Amino acid sequence: MDIKKFNFGINNYLEDRPKLKKFLPQGLTLLAIIFILGYFTYNAQVNMGNRGIVFGFGFLSQESSFDIQFSLIDYDGSYSYGRAYLVGLLNTILVSVIGIVFATLLGVVVGVSRLSSNFLVSKFAETYVEIFRNIPLLLQIFFWYFAALRALPLPQDAINLFDVTYLTVKGWFVPRFLWTNFSILIGSLILAIVAIISISIFAKKRQETTGERIPAFLISLGIIIILPLLTFLFGGVKLDFEYPELIQQSPTIFNFSGGVGIIPELIALALALSLYTATFIAECVRAGIMGVGKGQKEAAASIGLTPGQTLRLVVMPQALRIIIPPTTNQYLNLTKNSSLAAAIAYPDLVLVFAGTAMMQTGRAIEIVSITMLTYLTLSILISIFMNWYNKKIAIKEK
Amino acid sequence: MINMIKSLKSLVLIICASLLLVACGQQGGGAGSKKSKTLANTKKAGFVKCGVSQGLPGFSNADASGNWTGIDVDVCRAVAAATLGDADKVKYFPLSAKERFTALTSGEIDVLSRNTTWTLSRDADIGLTFVGVNFYDGQGFMVRKDSGITSTSQFKSGISACTNIGTTTELNMRDFFNSKGISYEPVAFEKADEVVAAYDAGRCDTYTTDKSGLAAQRTKMKDPNAHRVLPETISKEPLGPVVRQGDAVWEDIVRWSLNTMIEAEEYGITSSNADSMKDSENPAVKRLVGAEGELGAAFGLDNEWSLRIIKQVGNYGESYKKHIADTGILPKRGPNQLWTKGGILYVPPAR
Repeated sequence: MDIKKFNFGINNYLEDRPKLKKFLPQGLTLLAIIFILGYFTYNAQVNMGNRGIVFGFGFLSQESSFDIQFSLIDYDGSYSYGRAYLVGLLNTILVSVIGIVFATLLGVVVGVSRLSSNFLVSKFAETYVEIFRNIPLLLQIFFWYFAALRALPLPQDAINLFDVTYLTVKGWFVPRFLWTNFSILIGSLILAIVAIISISIFAKKRQETTGERIPAFLISLGIIIILPLLTFLFGGVKLDFEYPELIQQSPTIFNFSGGVGIIPELIALALALSLYTATFIAECVRAGIMGVGKGQKEAAASIGLTPGQTLRLVVMPQALRIIIPPTTNQYLNLTKNSSLAAAIAYPDLVLVFAGTAMMQTGRAIEIVSITMLTYLTLSILISIFMNWYNKKIAIKEK
Repeated sequence: MINMIKSLKSLVLIICASLLLVACGQQGGGAGSKKSKTLANTKKAGFVKCGVSQGLPGFSNADASGNWTGIDVDVCRAVAAATLGDADKVKYFPLSAKERFTALTSGEIDVLSRNTTWTLSRDADIGLTFVGVNFYDGQGFMVRKDSGITSTSQFKSGISACTNIGTTTELNMRDFFNSKGISYEPVAFEKADEVVAAYDAGRCDTYTTDKSGLAAQRTKMKDPNAHRVLPETISKEPLGPVVRQGDAVWEDIVRWSLNTMIEAEEYGITSSNADSMKDSENPAVKRLVGAEGELGAAFGLDNEWSLRIIKQVGNYGESYKKHIADTGILPKRGPNQLWTKGGILYVPPAR
């Protein structure tokens, strides 16, 4: 058959049917994707069947029978694999949240510092950014864990801060807070926050209508300090501390007991993640501030705003719109990078679930898919939140 | 329009390619046939795909130039000698405890010889088959000598213990500490080197794993003499090679490669006297060196397969002496002595 003729045949046929022409390639692509996915599923099933492996999630309710070093919820080996998953997930979230908070604080400070007119400050910020963003993260994690934290002393020679917290190679031991009537304190805090919000709304309205400015910030600060303090004096709220104590286990083995022990694995990981990600956030912040036109600042100055007001009222609201989208990426990266925890024994989702649990049960396909879905969900949640925030601060056309 | 046709053409190509893939995939299945697919693939590739540890002296350890040695390595070398005629035709895949079973079930390797404990759930549940035991081990604890601890009965609540993840060690440790009513802090790393580094730096008070592993890892520490392996053994750890479920012939080849090494020691056949043993009076010896019987035929191998194992790799005793005793890891053979000499090494007869 004459191929050219055949091709023209198809062409003419499709040319007469624009709808079909539009959807045919997409439909075929979709079919191909479904086919490939189906093939993989089928292949996995056949191979698993041949090797006598049964697919299923029943193992999640079986007893895990391994212990985890550090957990935010009650856990020991008598709980199920499902519970172990939850422990790992919470540990991943914990280190991600800590990392995101510190990376953001540090990133903003460094980003602003790079634009400082002070030579020393800006050069220092630049050097920090260039060093930390150009060394692979895994190496940095190893550095903080194996080199830096390892230099800390054993418990008996702990670095003692005011006799209440102790820094050792086995972790950072801090006092435990023992509250009495904690709910009253929380109630007072909620009350204070509600009061602060209403005051700021009131202050804004007042300024818009009369131009009079109310020192809302100072009033808010007062409320949030004084209200909880009152509960201590009259509400029966009490705070006691349980201090860590050094106990001797053998002639040379000492450990702290009591208080709260923050494991060195968490410290090293949070430190490495924050210091690494902060460099990228710093660059986002710098880009955002530089992206605001010079004329904006000059205009703000010409109507008599102070430099602080200029930054707060004119530059930052515009800069944030440039800063937020790339910073969202950094938050996602940080969360995913936290899976490097496995290298230094921090019991995150990958170490506990895709590590120990996978090995003890042998359910590789189930566990890896659950783990991937979990990271996907975490990332999507962060994206949704950041997109919401981005929309909130976007220019509102009036 | 031409673009349109091009994209259509590539789509057709993609579909054809995926059809081909399906055809290939279905070939890959097929269990239970009489011939060994793994053996055929091994012969075609020209080497045995062997999963080993990431470095455990005495068992499987690579030297500076990348040569692997150890008693686990010798199992793979024996399989290569039996199937390919040359013990050196082995490709080694260093695997972490976490990766090892997936590597085997997915076909990345064909023999897993990586100080792996034989347990019921591993054998029955996850598509693996253990073929034998090449080292009888048990879990123990190591402490620093200056801690003054000489027995696990001196452990007190709050002790921190370093170990590997994904091992039976993690489970035994919990059973042990729970039965003694001691609370402990488990610090579990992915790689053995990191466990050693952390323990050596004082992060943990004790390091727990198989006793052979403790003895081997001690040689890597800053000051090996500053550490003590406690006398108690808290578990049974029979270590041995593993194969995939579903290829019974390959399973037999690996099992009897290991058994041949042990049986050869029992009959006093060594790498140096193997050839002369062909004239032995003892039919059992003659069978092992291929001078009598047709033992190889059952696996689809020639009759000198066992002779090659003994000549090229040596018997179990030679392998143990070379890799474990002479390196100072465990000079005494303990349970890993032949049953005739007071140990528990006992293999079914090769006949």
